[in-house]
Amino acid sequence: MKVYLKYNYPQLTKKILEDKLSELGYKFKIVGFGEFNFLEKIPTEKLMELTEQFQEYGIEIIENQKSALVQKIKDTIVEMVNSDTPINVKSSVHIAEKLNLSYVYLSSVFSEVTYTSIENYIIIQKIELAKQLIINTNMNLTEISIQLNYSSVAHLSSQFKNNTGMTPSAFQRIILKRKEFTSNNS
Amino acid sequence: MTEEYINICLADDDQDDRLFFTDAFDELKIKTKVSTFNDGVELMNYLNNADSILPNVLFLDLNMPKKNGVECLLEIKKNEKFNDIAVAIYSTSSSEEHIEETFINGANIYIKKPSDFDTLKKILSEVVTINWQYHTSGLNKDNFLMRM
Repeated sequence: MKVYLKYNYPQLTKKILEDKLSELGYKFKIVGFGEFNFLEKIPTEKLMELTEQFQEYGIEIIENQKSALVQKIKDTIVEMVNSDTPINVKSSVHIAEKLNLSYVYLSSVFSEVTYTSIENYIIIQKIELAKQLIINTNMNLTEISIQLNYSSVAHLSSQFKNNTGMTPSAFQRIILKRKEFTSNNS
Repeated sequence: MTEEYINICLADDDQDDRLFFTDAFDELKIKTKVSTFNDGVELMNYLNNADSILPNVLFLDLNMPKKNGVECLLEIKKNEKFNDIAVAIYSTSSSEEHIEETFINGANIYIKKPSDFDTLKKILSEVVTINWQYHTSGLNKDNFLMRM
């Protein structure tokens, strides 16, 4: 006997999603075809696990794989910027080697998810570290520029100004005055 | 999954400025939801309402009737509930003294209102993009100062 089937795809996929997610004990809300919200915080490992579980149904988590990759790129950058030993290769080479993927691919995913480029993100992280060093240590700008692997103080200063719209010394002055202001008002 | 748009509020008593502002955001590729308020009282009522969605970035005009930008800023900085909001001053004044004072009072960003639309778009895009990095990368907001 031959049986003919007609599928209702939205219903089918909705049921699979519901069953699978309930089985794994997640709180969720299906918001449309091909989209649902977790109603709680989900750690990255759990998402990886879910990605694997979905695979047998041919369901792919799109956004999250990209986000996970972006997170890896960010981690690599933070580690690179905070490293005490300078990295001798270009940062693009370093990141591509570390993640074992082409830099062209990495930078396109990164820009898509974060709205900024890898290059720009590296600068943001370096300037953040410079800010911390300016505020929390007695290091002068020359020492900071060496620590952060800048070719000169001028280079650090101009990148700082470009990024924040103010000079490192103006930044330092404002933060100090703000601390004074907050402690007088609390 | 987290919502992928950025919530933005603007308080400005000038209708043209509000319109420019919302138009500029409509044209950016970054997805935003913009709410506007005519003065400081209206803004603070919204923020203090428990049901309101708090903005990721708040743009404050300095000269507004009823309650001005600095008064709003000080109120916001006093309330821990608003710790995650990045405050951008959006003003015509370019007096150094003024600018530094707003930073000391807790503003994160100071924007001198540009005269043309394209510059406005560029500035807003930069501000929202960098704020997004602070928001998504756990950077220290206390050190977030930016002057445009």
